[in-house]
Amino acid sequence: MAAYIIRRVFAAVLLLLVVSAVTFAIFYLLPRAAGQSIQSMAAQYVGKSPDPDVIKAVIKNLGLDQPIYEQYWHFIKGLVAGANYSFGPDPAHCSAPCFGYSFKTHTAVWPQIQQRAPITFSLAIGAAVIWLITGISTGILSALKRGSIWDRLAMGISLMGVSLPMFFTGLALLALFSFNWLHIWNVHYVSFVDNPAQWAWNLILPWVSLAFLYSALYARLTRAGMLETMGEDYIRTARAKGLVERKVIVKHGLRSALTPLITIFGMDFALLLGGAVITESVFSFQGLGAYAIQGVTDNDLPIVMGVTLLTAFFIVVCNLLVDLVYAAIDPRVRLS
Amino acid sequence: MSDDTHKDAATKDASAAAKDTAAKDSAGKGAAGKAEGAREFLSVRDLRIHFDTDDGLVKSVDGVSFDLKAGQTLGIVGESGSGKSVTSLGIMGLHTSDRARISGEIWLDGEELIGADKQRVRELRGQKMAMIFQDPLSALHPYYTVGAQIVEAYRVHNKADKKTARKRAVEMLDRVGIPEPARRFNDFPHQFSGGMRQRAMIAMALVNNPQLLIADEPTTALDVTVQAQILDLIRDLQKEFGSAVVMITHDLGVVAEIADRLLVMYAGRCIERGTSEQVFEHPQHPYTWGLLGSMPRIDREQTDRLVPVKGAPPSLINVPSGCAFHPRCPYADVPPDNVTRTERPELRETTGGHFSACHMTREQREKIWTEEIAPKL
Repeated sequence: MAAYIIRRVFAAVLLLLVVSAVTFAIFYLLPRAAGQSIQSMAAQYVGKSPDPDVIKAVIKNLGLDQPIYEQYWHFIKGLVAGANYSFGPDPAHCSAPCFGYSFKTHTAVWPQIQQRAPITFSLAIGAAVIWLITGISTGILSALKRGSIWDRLAMGISLMGVSLPMFFTGLALLALFSFNWLHIWNVHYVSFVDNPAQWAWNLILPWVSLAFLYSALYARLTRAGMLETMGEDYIRTARAKGLVERKVIVKHGLRSALTPLITIFGMDFALLLGGAVITESVFSFQGLGAYAIQGVTDNDLPIVMGVTLLTAFFIVVCNLLVDLVYAAIDPRVRLS
Repeated sequence: MSDDTHKDAATKDASAAAKDTAAKDSAGKGAAGKAEGAREFLSVRDLRIHFDTDDGLVKSVDGVSFDLKAGQTLGIVGESGSGKSVTSLGIMGLHTSDRARISGEIWLDGEELIGADKQRVRELRGQKMAMIFQDPLSALHPYYTVGAQIVEAYRVHNKADKKTARKRAVEMLDRVGIPEPARRFNDFPHQFSGGMRQRAMIAMALVNNPQLLIADEPTTALDVTVQAQILDLIRDLQKEFGSAVVMITHDLGVVAEIADRLLVMYAGRCIERGTSEQVFEHPQHPYTWGLLGSMPRIDREQTDRLVPVKGAPPSLINVPSGCAFHPRCPYADVPPDNVTRTERPELRETTGGHFSACHMTREQREKIWTEEIAPKL
């Protein structure tokens, strides 16, 4: 088991390195391969009528004139040890992990991420708890009462959940409970540290609309997994032992039926941690997703790259956790 | 229309046969030889298991009756889809689908199982009757150790603490011939070889000393050398525990060694039934002849080729009219008036306790058997 863990962690670190290289290449190599000059790349960070001196300074600051491998080295070094930028009037130290420095907002990316991450995390974690509980329990009940009214109803609603986009459910909920009909919520983010009760209360609408989307999918996956597992030979063996049905379902059925869900959950959750882009804009939350959108609309490369890298990091870490959990659950994984 | 009449005829036929056996068994025990005076431990009467499917009613088991005494072995033989496994799962009460329609009677040690309280049947499962399945790898849960699964089987029916249960499980693993049982207790099924897995399954089935053991093709997934070992093990354990065994197989070679009585099934019905000796020495049904002809034998001439039974097993939704075997039967035209295609043959007694369902007269069958079939075997 220990060897397995070490192997997986090593692979994860390697993967992160590859991801950083690819991200770097996309943002710094691709534009040049497409024929963009370093001057025009640097011009993006300056005002509308670029002063050649300023552009030169930007090129120097970003290191665009250096060979690519050197640039990548600085980039990695910044991540690990921090970097210094001196642009215009205010020189800035960007401490490790340095995800770059936005010359548009004159701020380092990392402190922004730190500030916004709690909003996205609150959104993701709360929604995940809700959708896991509702989705899995609905799926189990549907599978056990297959073909019943309950099953049809649940699957009908979940089909809606899968097909209705976030910007519909979210906006509909807002219209119903915040703006037009009942004025129950005034949805805005309140820090958990400042006021936990208000934090939870204000997050209910975003949680519910996000969880609706995912629990629908999870209900369907759980139902399918459960139906498949309950047809397995070892379930018949468990019944042949004379176990009560409840034990057959919980001890022998559920464990195998839910194992594949772990993989999917790891991916979904990691992606959400990197920013629930649509949910955040629907509810005007200034989380990582909103930050990424800001970066994209402003053509602010360091921001986009920072969020991308962070998301990649979450995905790699969540995948690693999934692998470890898998090994703990399924003994067959440990050997191979 | 014709379906209804068939059904009626079938019901009469089966119940008549059932009475017949019962009378025979109580009157002429001497003929059976073994276990005189012992009452039937398992009695199945006119068992029907039908499934309501979208394509129609599947008559997987359609009027099967048999008896089994304690300490005896019954072999149920037939091709895939003949209803052997469905019968055995019916006895265990393991048909959970709400589409299964089960009727008839199953008496286990004087207790009627069909229509009995589900809770009661569950208590009997694993304790009084246990089952071994075909593929031990898929029948064992991949996430739990072999030991834990045996312990679980024991603790369902015994108020034992974990230590006692563990001791018992190790004892059983040892009994079924698993080396270093205390260490292997902690292994997962995938760490066992095929034969060892089946041994572990047997240990699990026998952990509560069941009086009835149903083995559903217990050797099919194993290689030939291991097959013999497993059969020997089942036979030894049967002697030791005195339990009744139902051995389900498509391989006559398997039951030849182990079964006291035989029941040959075709398309959900019993087409021949008798003692092992009767069925092997004087088989009465063309399908049984076919099975014997397709069985490899060590004493057979090398040059002879095995003769498979022609054609494929019938669909259980549209069972052929008359004798279900007639489309594949080389002697379908021997009886007059096309009777094999229009009338379902009744299960009739040939000699003491030996029944078969064939339209041919006894003389005709005797002639074909001695002149055409037996010399080639």
